[in-house]
Amino acid sequence: MAVELFLDLFSQPCRAVYIFAKKNNIPFEFRRISLMDGEHFGEEFGKINLMRKVPALRDGDFYLAESIAIMIYLAEKFETPDFWYPTDIRQRARVNEYLSWQHQGIRTHSSKVFWLRVMIPMVMGVEVPKEKMDAALEDLNSSLKLIEEKFLDDRPFIAGDQVSLADIVAIVEIMQPVGSGLDVFQGRLKLSAWRDRVQAAIGKELFDEAHQAILGAQENVKLLDPTVLQASKSKILRYFM
Amino acid sequence: MAAGRPVQVYLDLLSQPCRAVYILLTCTKIPHKVHAVALRKGEHRTPEFTNMNLMQKVPVLVDSGFILTESDAILKYLATQYDVPEHWYPRQPQQRARVDEYTAWHHTNTRAHAAKVFILEVALNNALSNLKNTLDKLETMFLRRQPFLCGDDITVADLLAICELMQPLGAGRDILKDHPQLQRWRSRVQSAVGKSFDEAHAVLYLNIIHPPTLKNQLGSNPVGNL
Repeated sequence: MAVELFLDLFSQPCRAVYIFAKKNNIPFEFRRISLMDGEHFGEEFGKINLMRKVPALRDGDFYLAESIAIMIYLAEKFETPDFWYPTDIRQRARVNEYLSWQHQGIRTHSSKVFWLRVMIPMVMGVEVPKEKMDAALEDLNSSLKLIEEKFLDDRPFIAGDQVSLADIVAIVEIMQPVGSGLDVFQGRLKLSAWRDRVQAAIGKELFDEAHQAILGAQENVKLLDPTVLQASKSKILRYFM
Repeated sequence: MAAGRPVQVYLDLLSQPCRAVYILLTCTKIPHKVHAVALRKGEHRTPEFTNMNLMQKVPVLVDSGFILTESDAILKYLATQYDVPEHWYPRQPQQRARVDEYTAWHHTNTRAHAAKVFILEVALNNALSNLKNTLDKLETMFLRRQPFLCGDDITVADLLAICELMQPLGAGRDILKDHPQLQRWRSRVQSAVGKSFDEAHAVLYLNIIHPPTLKNQLGSNPVGNL
């Protein structure tokens, strides 16, 4: 039986796994879990991942959560080209360094900006106070600055001369606020040039396919049933605001 | 596989991820040298340190010119670069995946919440210390030889004060617990205003999680099933 990947391409880490798997022609069964429809709360998915998060992997009787763990596992199992997750210990450490930093370093901020700009006002009908929005944007800007100055510096890719998991994980996060209508690449020459390189390395067609859902988010969310999020409304507001 | 020169690490043992790195280094006996960085003294903000790590954070590892930040990257680097027992970071893919899964999840779960509790506890201790100064002043200056803050009779000053001092009760803390003089003043205020006191504080009482004795101290019968 092929590996099963439980994904919702609205989610950044799901896009990273999807891009990595497709780029490397890794055979997998795509199991779509619609977060907006609350499918991650379903009984079946609870058996796949107790924490009810995507992405999730099932390989026979081996279950795995966390996009980074999943991609590393796939890289090893399907023997993907070395540059994705180098066997050289120091180069690998460089990739691990970014993969570690990014959880709180950018993921938190890019998710927050998306929620504050799209989900909370448009789906939940709650107005976001200006100072909350400004603070979130400031955090995002600081993160992007750090990515340019430290993680890219004068290198073409995060780990050096070649693309790696770090670049995939980075680009999908940065695309999240873009999906909310915020062009974060504008005015950032270094970041834009890196984006172009990553797109070329991944393949523009695959990149666009993976990002179709999120880039259409502002339109798609209008079709959402707001009652699905009602149950978690106070939790969501407390978390993001 | 160990390099000739011991690995250099920049740590402050007050920092959780630093301690994890320190423990791995010492219990696996990897040759290393610890450079103490006192965060409290701002040593992570010096030009020299910033030069090494733009993010001004610890831990940092320097291995013959190779600079690495992020504790999980450092731990995995040490476990693979040096000859340590395999269980620390297993080579078998599924076992390793389990470790990678946890170290990813850790950031926004264990680390986020435990760290926050520590920071808030420190802040709380500071706040309690400042409050104690205020309570002492209330007792020794305002309530010195008089029943109410500003004289023999209750004034609006007492109302403002009592409502503030009642507030922490909403989170389960009676800040007048060790201040009998202030407790007696509180009782005088309650008597002077009658049932309006409990009416005003009904909402606050509903939020209380407190031991049974406090209900007696309050001397009244707050609204709700306490």
